[in-house]
Amino acid sequence: MGLLSKKDGKLILDPLTDDNPITIQVLGICSALAITAQLKASIVMAVSVIFVLGIGNVVISLMRNIIPSKIRIIVQLTVVAALVIIVDQVLKAFSYQLSKELGAFIGLIITNCIIMGRFEAFALGNGPWKSFLDGIGNALGYGIILIIVGFFRELLGSGTLLGFKVLGDPIAKTGLYSTGYENNGFMLLAPMALIVVGIIIWVQRSRNKALIEDH
Amino acid sequence: MEKRTDKNSYTIFFAIGMVIVVGSLLAFIASSLKPTIDENKRLEKQQNILYAMGVNENDESSATFVSTEKAPELFKQYVTKQLVIQGEKISEDDQAYLIDVKKQQSNAKAGIERKLPLFIGQKDGKTFYIAPIRGKGLWDAVWAFVSMDENMVVQGAYFDHQGETAGLGANIKERFFMDDFIGENLLNTSGNFVGINISKSNADPLNKDKNDNEVDAIAGATITGDGVAAMIKSELRLYMPYFKTLKQ
Repeated sequence: MGLLSKKDGKLILDPLTDDNPITIQVLGICSALAITAQLKASIVMAVSVIFVLGIGNVVISLMRNIIPSKIRIIVQLTVVAALVIIVDQVLKAFSYQLSKELGAFIGLIITNCIIMGRFEAFALGNGPWKSFLDGIGNALGYGIILIIVGFFRELLGSGTLLGFKVLGDPIAKTGLYSTGYENNGFMLLAPMALIVVGIIIWVQRSRNKALIEDH
Repeated sequence: MEKRTDKNSYTIFFAIGMVIVVGSLLAFIASSLKPTIDENKRLEKQQNILYAMGVNENDESSATFVSTEKAPELFKQYVTKQLVIQGEKISEDDQAYLIDVKKQQSNAKAGIERKLPLFIGQKDGKTFYIAPIRGKGLWDAVWAFVSMDENMVVQGAYFDHQGETAGLGANIKERFFMDDFIGENLLNTSGNFVGINISKSNADPLNKDKNDNEVDAIAGATITGDGVAAMIKSELRLYMPYFKTLKQ
């Protein structure tokens, strides 16, 4: 990475793999289970969180020397809440149908543990540029998992990707369906998201033994 | 030494300043986006009404509206008349679909005669009477657009909700639930209004019996279902006098 020093690069790259918020820090699981039945919703949620966490981290970092420590959590909440309302309003104005589908989950970004976690653990103690990279990195790490889970759930559950019938038509029995293949409705339910996340965690830890905790 | 930011006076002033800054920023954004959002809501109403009378782009399992680009034109084409029923008085108003049902309900509580919008659609030689209704689910509002024929037999329905539980109550806007209403009679065999019950014990999960005034409930969504049934009963009953005039 020519643009970033090695240390800065690590801020972005670590959360994608060995310090992933979902699979390693186990933060943000709730939304990873709730909205990943479709790839499109996963992507939008990922983009919204990248936006909120990237900007939120910078704002908190810029304010870190003037935030009164007694009310710092409330200040953090206010910043996230304001950003989330902006995302919500913009989606309602420019992507109404999608904002209805995401519904309550957009509001739930506020309570996404990743966001408060990064504010408290990183942005309050580091400069804006580093905080920005940390925010983008963690949100990307979260987004990647969301997209992987969304990909498998939509493909196996509905036989579509982003709404396109990639496996053929289940009613007309074309494509893969002509061989007797059926969609797995269970993939659309939240428990299967947990199992998919579990498989990702398993694959990741079996490839990198250093991630396995000793007990 | 105490840090400057630990002082109580500093904390209070910081909090006040933050509220003013964030408050005005949000107010500015909300008011500048409001026209676009209102336009989206207006188009959605047109889509909902068209959906209820069967003008939609449904495939085998998903509920899909006509696109927002096509909605105004199709709305003009299919919805031939919009009525406002206020007591005995019936008037035509081509903006009737913009009537806020929630506001009319609180008007009725305050003793002001309620305006009941009713949309009349024509499609393939059939006439549809579409009524917007609103009620309470488990967490928040539920509402629907129900299209009926002149005998108050449901021809189509679109349900929506503010914040019912995902996967449970939120399923009222899924096809398997909405489509069950098609063909159900709102009147009983002797012609009195009884509504449609959301039943857990009707022993008719495939919904073959269309005259039992019941559809199958969603497991795990009892209160949402009861709310929907109560909404249908109390709101559509108000349209009974109008449907009686059709028979004369």
